[in-house]
Amino acid sequence: MTTATAARPRPRAVRNSGLTYRSPLQRKDGRSAWLFLAPFGVFYLAFLLGPTIYMLVMSFFNTSMVRTGLGSFAGFANYAEMLTRPDFWSSLLHTLQFTLYTTPPLVILAFVFAVLTNRFNRGQWFFRLAFFLPFILPSATISLIWVFVFTPSTGLWAMVETWFGITPGSGVLSSPNTAMIGVAIATVWWTLGFNFVLYIAGLQEIPRELYEAAAVDGASAWSQIRFITIPMLARTTTLVVLLQIIASLKIFDQVYLMTGGGPGISTQVSLQLITGTAFTDNRLGAASAASVLLFIVIIVIAIIRQLTDRSAAKKEA
Amino acid sequence: MAISTPRPRLKSPVSGAAPARQTATSRVSGRTFNIVALIVLIVFAIIWLIPSLFALKTSLTDNGTAALGASAILSNWNPTLASYASYFASGTIWNWYIASAITSVITAVLTVFFASMAAFALSRLRFRGSNTVLLLIILGIMIPSQVLIVPIFQELNALSLLNTYWSVIFPQVPAVIAVFIFKQFFDGIPRELEEAARIDGAGLWKIYWSVIMPLSRPVIAAVTILTFVGVWNNLLLPLFVLSNPNLMTIPVGLATVQGSFGQRYADIQAGAILAALPLIILYLIFQRRIVEGVTGSGLKG
Repeated sequence: MTTATAARPRPRAVRNSGLTYRSPLQRKDGRSAWLFLAPFGVFYLAFLLGPTIYMLVMSFFNTSMVRTGLGSFAGFANYAEMLTRPDFWSSLLHTLQFTLYTTPPLVILAFVFAVLTNRFNRGQWFFRLAFFLPFILPSATISLIWVFVFTPSTGLWAMVETWFGITPGSGVLSSPNTAMIGVAIATVWWTLGFNFVLYIAGLQEIPRELYEAAAVDGASAWSQIRFITIPMLARTTTLVVLLQIIASLKIFDQVYLMTGGGPGISTQVSLQLITGTAFTDNRLGAASAASVLLFIVIIVIAIIRQLTDRSAAKKEA
Repeated sequence: MAISTPRPRLKSPVSGAAPARQTATSRVSGRTFNIVALIVLIVFAIIWLIPSLFALKTSLTDNGTAALGASAILSNWNPTLASYASYFASGTIWNWYIASAITSVITAVLTVFFASMAAFALSRLRFRGSNTVLLLIILGIMIPSQVLIVPIFQELNALSLLNTYWSVIFPQVPAVIAVFIFKQFFDGIPRELEEAARIDGAGLWKIYWSVIMPLSRPVIAAVTILTFVGVWNNLLLPLFVLSNPNLMTIPVGLATVQGSFGQRYADIQAGAILAALPLIILYLIFQRRIVEGVTGSGLKG
């Protein structure tokens, strides 16, 4: 941010310095620029923009895995089907449920851990290690660990439950009422580190002087957090919440590995519905329609994120 | 980088004798606050470490004891490497490691090269259509690539790339965020350095390769590590494009075979640890880079 502005005045200086040494190099810039962009551009078109367009097209056809080509034109039939299918709505509802379960702890715990860790210079590495390490583990690892922790009656979770005098039931993941809570606990444990480092970075941008001034005025540690830290980190919090919503909409790994969408379809999420429709039912057109709908929801939130970020940046400037 | 900018605006209010007058009470409450904070932190840090340590302990227990449950595992003091040995003896794990390593390394190399080249053009060259390209890049950041799994599968099928490492590599190369990270870094490199090279008659490629890239080692490292970790951990794409068990990446391999492991809990946990081991080693070596990279991509992505 600061670096970008520092570099800005330069081009004008070059322009002012006269044509003589600018022209031989900059005239060719046009073609060279495209050559530099080409390798990335090819992959961008082939595996990002192209598939997006192809997905849009397929969503209007009865494309299937067993026949080649797009298949017969379906109009809006795929969309109509998806929007009237109860499992489409239930998968979105599970996503909402997952978002509601994970966002508050991911925001509050990450904030608290970051604020507290930031108070100590010594031993910071230990807390960073403890809170951040799970974030870099593969989803397969965290799922295998947590399924084992949640083993009915003999697992670690059940053991802790008995310590607290709770009779362990049939297992967190095997009941439709608690399975999503189990997935949410594993996810909070897994991804908290990401929000933790975002908050730590945010904390380091708050000028020390604010705290020093507050301390001179006799503000307690608590009121310093209440009136300096929380407002100064509002932007990070917005970011964390929106990123979590987007991540929740795209959730697949933990659910697929921990519950397989079950019991029944009580934890089935959108991407599972999509991949199931495409690769199990062989109905690519219908799966594409569901993808497009999910895609639109995610893009809308991503745009909200860009807009809030920009307005926040403007306010700060 | 921005840490230092707000400073000059604020005149330090803590000056002269003022702090000396500070009441003793607030200092004492500050200290108790710190003690409470430390205790809370340590408790939570331990809670956060327990699942991993429990998995490690289980993986070092024999399958028979592990099947008895958590208390039997925790009170067992005969550690054994049998589960790890059985993985390495069976050989499949090596195939999975090779698949994960090849796909992660190649994707990281291609992403670093292609994204930095594109970022160089956007940062340094003036050309018609640059605004459109920038717009496409921003658009690309918003596209959720996971949602594209169906058309990407179709495309790979049409290209006869299913069940090859390329089917895992290619779709992960256009990491638009990498272009953004590189561009931001390049924008901060002073232009005097290349002007000297330009006067010496260096071409654009030479400037990119011998001036810009050597100065960009920190950001190259960050993008390399992040891409590597991302590809290593990816489940969705390799799960559907690789069906040959010998080609599977390690998360997919483990996810596919765990059903056949039944009650062999120690083996399952050993697998979980083995899948994560290279990343844990990477993290311990590049701790700072990884944290900075994740923070940077989170703030911009």
